[in-house]
Amino acid sequence: MTDDIDRTPSDTEVCIVGSGPAGALTAYSLARRGHDVLVLEAGERLERADHHRRMEMWLRPNFDRDAFWREDERDAFTSTGDIYARLNETRLKAVGGTSVHWDANTPRLHPKDFEMQSRYGLGRDWPISYDDLRPYYARAEREMGVSGVDDNPYGPPRTAPYPQEGFPPSYSDSLFAEACDSLGISMATQPKAINSEPYDGRSKCLGYGVCNACPSGAKYTAEVHVRKAEEHGARIVDQAQVLRLENDADGETVESVLYATPDGTTHRQAADQFVLACGGIETPRLLLLSDSSQYPDGLANSSGAVGRYLMDHPSVTTNAVLEEPTQQNNVGWVSSRSDQFYDPGAAGPGSFHLTFDNTARSVSGGAQSRKPASTRLLGAVTSPTLSALADVATDPLNETSLGDSLELPTTDGPPYPVSIRGAGEMLPRAENRVTLDRSKTDNHGRPVPSIELSDGAHAQRTMDHCLEVQADIMAELGAEITSVSTLSDRPMSTHHMGTTRMGTDPEASVVDAQCRTHDLENLWVASSSVFPTSGANNPTLTIGALALKTAEHIDETLSSA
Amino acid sequence: MTDGSQRGDSERATAPEPTRRQLLGALGGAAVAAGAYGYGTGSREAEQLSDSHPASRAHVEAATAVADAIYPQSVAVDESFVENAVFRRVEPTPGHFDALVETIEAVERHASARFGASVTGLSPGTRRQVLQSMNVTAVHAMPDGTTAERVRFYLLNDLLYALFTSPRSRPLTGIENPPGHPGGLAAYRRAPGGDE
Repeated sequence: MTDDIDRTPSDTEVCIVGSGPAGALTAYSLARRGHDVLVLEAGERLERADHHRRMEMWLRPNFDRDAFWREDERDAFTSTGDIYARLNETRLKAVGGTSVHWDANTPRLHPKDFEMQSRYGLGRDWPISYDDLRPYYARAEREMGVSGVDDNPYGPPRTAPYPQEGFPPSYSDSLFAEACDSLGISMATQPKAINSEPYDGRSKCLGYGVCNACPSGAKYTAEVHVRKAEEHGARIVDQAQVLRLENDADGETVESVLYATPDGTTHRQAADQFVLACGGIETPRLLLLSDSSQYPDGLANSSGAVGRYLMDHPSVTTNAVLEEPTQQNNVGWVSSRSDQFYDPGAAGPGSFHLTFDNTARSVSGGAQSRKPASTRLLGAVTSPTLSALADVATDPLNETSLGDSLELPTTDGPPYPVSIRGAGEMLPRAENRVTLDRSKTDNHGRPVPSIELSDGAHAQRTMDHCLEVQADIMAELGAEITSVSTLSDRPMSTHHMGTTRMGTDPEASVVDAQCRTHDLENLWVASSSVFPTSGANNPTLTIGALALKTAEHIDETLSSA
Repeated sequence: MTDGSQRGDSERATAPEPTRRQLLGALGGAAVAAGAYGYGTGSREAEQLSDSHPASRAHVEAATAVADAIYPQSVAVDESFVENAVFRRVEPTPGHFDALVETIEAVERHASARFGASVTGLSPGTRRQVLQSMNVTAVHAMPDGTTAERVRFYLLNDLLYALFTSPRSRPLTGIENPPGHPGGLAAYRRAPGGDE
């Protein structure tokens, strides 16, 4: 790509790698305090019209949803564990990071998530408590514009009101509510960073139903704080791929980062403080790639914990049908959840939350998808189910019917679809990790990340329990279960956590309670990679809260220098 | 190589004529190209949708005729719907509208050669035969594939995308506000009878 943007280094106090929610909130928080901030982002900057384009790509099966940002060579990876990593379907490299296509669900973690070792003898305690993070949660909710209702009896404690009114329950939520009431299961409003009213100069939700590619601007993305950081003087350089970090001769500080720009030039950027904010995979990879004589196993890795303790959120879904209409697919987001099973009270099946879908039996894609006849024939031969063979026999050319015979996917019935999803916690295990695959290289000849992940017994037990609860609810609702997705053959979720974990012991953790690396005094990490445990809730609000807290510590450091 | 691409390769070999815009570029004038495909000069049909849009009114009319043939009869089709939902939407990828126009012209050439008229002059049933005889209904949509695969990707799927992101598809899908259409907030709480 050719453009006239200046991507050469500049004088700065703080250099941040990555412009997702962690990087953007850190940049904004420091820039508005008067600090010079530079953000290096590997991906491109998107324009408003690009979000309309992404919506069409999201809805059309013959477009690749990730074609907008993915560069195959740059983003190559290896997946070696039981769970396929599918990184390029879930993360997004662009200004704004993965928040550009996130679902925008923003529950807080629960107090127990910070005390898993003390309470249950599992995982690790965080070096900070829920109460330590609580004011930052409230600030992150204001910054992102979270809508919600304080109606969750099993939710984490809170006193600050949500910045916006929550979205009322959907029609299908009202069907579930009766069944849940009978079972004594409490439902609550799902908090999310989607505007229920005009907020912070952005539109209220218009109900396009395609939240991953929201074209209205009602969904928060980190592009918001990139823009605000720039208004306070921060400099954001897109298409700047950071190749490695360089430490000083004593191994006490980071001196510079090397980054490459689209014109093929490699630049060296110096700064007083450096912040890694490139997610749970690229953050440890960059540290492992930045080995030196002082850090032969990777920068900031004297503990050996860099890349280890990778966690995601295992999830299961129960799909069912009802004889009465359920009004699905009018909006893309979830309106109700349950935290009833989040705090089990004793070691055993762990935490999970439930969400009640408004998009059961998704109709995205319409009638456009058509496999070539040869592909279908091969499919029928290799997997000769009765329906596959009958399909090929009756329609050998896979002819599309047009006019009155046009088949559009439908939620019409009877029967009508409903579904419940549950996501749970995964314990930190050293064997789940990000390493470097030295047999495969990226566009700059660097080893690609290799991801090894498996669920383990705790996650399996937890999600088995979750499926039992889902079945009970469906039975009480009078719904007939049609399919269940289990942990077997599941792909990796969108949440990557734990790979530069936080702790007080420099021999067992990578960053301290302030998210500064134990090894290098001017290197900080703002990412879900610092989570010592995963909890069962979506991580982004916690990422934002930690970023705001870390920015305060960086500000204190700069101010006292 | 799939069966579809083999069919398409032979099709390509028999239909090498330049597109309308290639003619425009090569000959430096609109009159030759427009005349060659019967769109006339100075007529309403020859009118471009805008200075930067490659489609003319004639392309919209042809696409509307195809929509009328591929949508169920219960769906009302009019030119303004097709124009707004297909031609005036944000272009999804660079060159998409150019390719859409080319595929409309490919269908028009086939209709004229095999059925003796523009698609706008044929019955909906005959328009479906035009598409079937081009093999469009039996191939996978491919943006860089054979003529049939490209017609499927650019023309048919653009029209289907317009339909299933519009409340016009409601009687077919049972969804009040389909994904891709603003208005879900007014619909998601509504009971089947219409009350919240």
